[in-house]
Amino acid sequence: MEPQNLIARRIAQELRSGMLVNLGIGIPTLVANYVPAGVNVFFQSENGLIGTGPVPEPGLTQPLLTDAGGQPVTALPGACAFDSAMSFGLIRGGHLDMTVLGGLQVDEQGRLANWMIPGKMVPGMGGAMDLVTGAKRVVVAMQHTARGKPKIVRQCSLPLTSARPVDLVVTELAVISFAACRATLVETAPGVKVGDVLTQTEAKLCVPDHVPNMTL
Amino acid sequence: MKTISLQEAVRLIPDGASLMVGGFMAVGSPERLIDELVRQGKRDLTIVANDTARPGIGIGKLVSAGLLRKAIVSHIGLNPETRQQMIAAKIEVELGPQGTLIERVRCGGFGLAAVLTPTGVGTVVEQGKRKLDVGGKDYLLETALRADFALVQAFLADYLGNLSYALTARNFNPVIAMAADTVIVTADHIVPVGVIAPDHVATPAPVVDYVVANN
Repeated sequence: MEPQNLIARRIAQELRSGMLVNLGIGIPTLVANYVPAGVNVFFQSENGLIGTGPVPEPGLTQPLLTDAGGQPVTALPGACAFDSAMSFGLIRGGHLDMTVLGGLQVDEQGRLANWMIPGKMVPGMGGAMDLVTGAKRVVVAMQHTARGKPKIVRQCSLPLTSARPVDLVVTELAVISFAACRATLVETAPGVKVGDVLTQTEAKLCVPDHVPNMTL
Repeated sequence: MKTISLQEAVRLIPDGASLMVGGFMAVGSPERLIDELVRQGKRDLTIVANDTARPGIGIGKLVSAGLLRKAIVSHIGLNPETRQQMIAAKIEVELGPQGTLIERVRCGGFGLAAVLTPTGVGTVVEQGKRKLDVGGKDYLLETALRADFALVQAFLADYLGNLSYALTARNFNPVIAMAADTVIVTADHIVPVGVIAPDHVATPAPVVDYVVANN
């Protein structure tokens, strides 16, 4: 399985029926492809929609119905549309059960940097800071390393997205939990040894006696 | 509310004006007003909006034409021209969290001086801002935003200026309609009074100054 799809598939197992969930751009978007059978969640799109559905079939696009990247989407039965103040009221006000976001770095305490690389990439934070600050549960979907360098680090060298720590990081190698602000290795990917994860992680990880494989 | 031609509406806007512009990645942006701003070559504009879209659509057209002096937005990542002009110091870009930006606009329209938000605490966003402890938790004081003009895109506008919006084209539009000295509206459809049921009016007519006539 492609690393991105493995990550998305593992994160999809965190979904529970009735949740309101916001998916970021990139790997997080793929999570919608792996919602387990029988689990019904509402996906929010921060441009003003709850009930975002799959990409429409050719010829059925509606120009006023788009995702946060401006791409056409559909709306599922029960969908609702609203303005940006309501959209971020939902996000910041504690109404969003889970957000899944991409990451550039996560530090030992679970603090995320994902919105800029000074001098290189300054896209703006968009909704990321509100999402990390306000969602009940924050899950990061990212590759374990970038050009061979660890992305789970002692201290973020890139500007933080929020002071609030994330709850879970899922990579193609491991699932790392940040409950109580301690980085704990809770699962490894199939075929990946604990030692493999540790050598590719800069942050100090707590390793329980038994670390199970991800079940996908 | 008055009806006005597209050309007359944009003639009201002087060089150097501040504009709030509806739209999210150009969905729900007032494209006719934007095209006319480009045609009349307005200069040194300040915009308050969600993003600068892409080259060739929505606010991206204002960027390409070099009409902007300042952009107060949450995202420029999909418009490389904004980035180039920012690096060349042709545009000043003030980036803020999207939820904070829309709340600052809401404050501007709702008679509030500022809002206290947890978003941005402990990040570079807090630089130069007051931080207040309320009930043992830190919040940033983010001040209200207003503009000279709001350029609003509605789905329906009735003959009195009541507005309703459609799907994800709503976004910033009903909020900016409250926060500018002069509110100019273009609509997908101009309809008789009563077509928009009272419960479905999202922007009440008294806040609308001009509805741009159909061609």
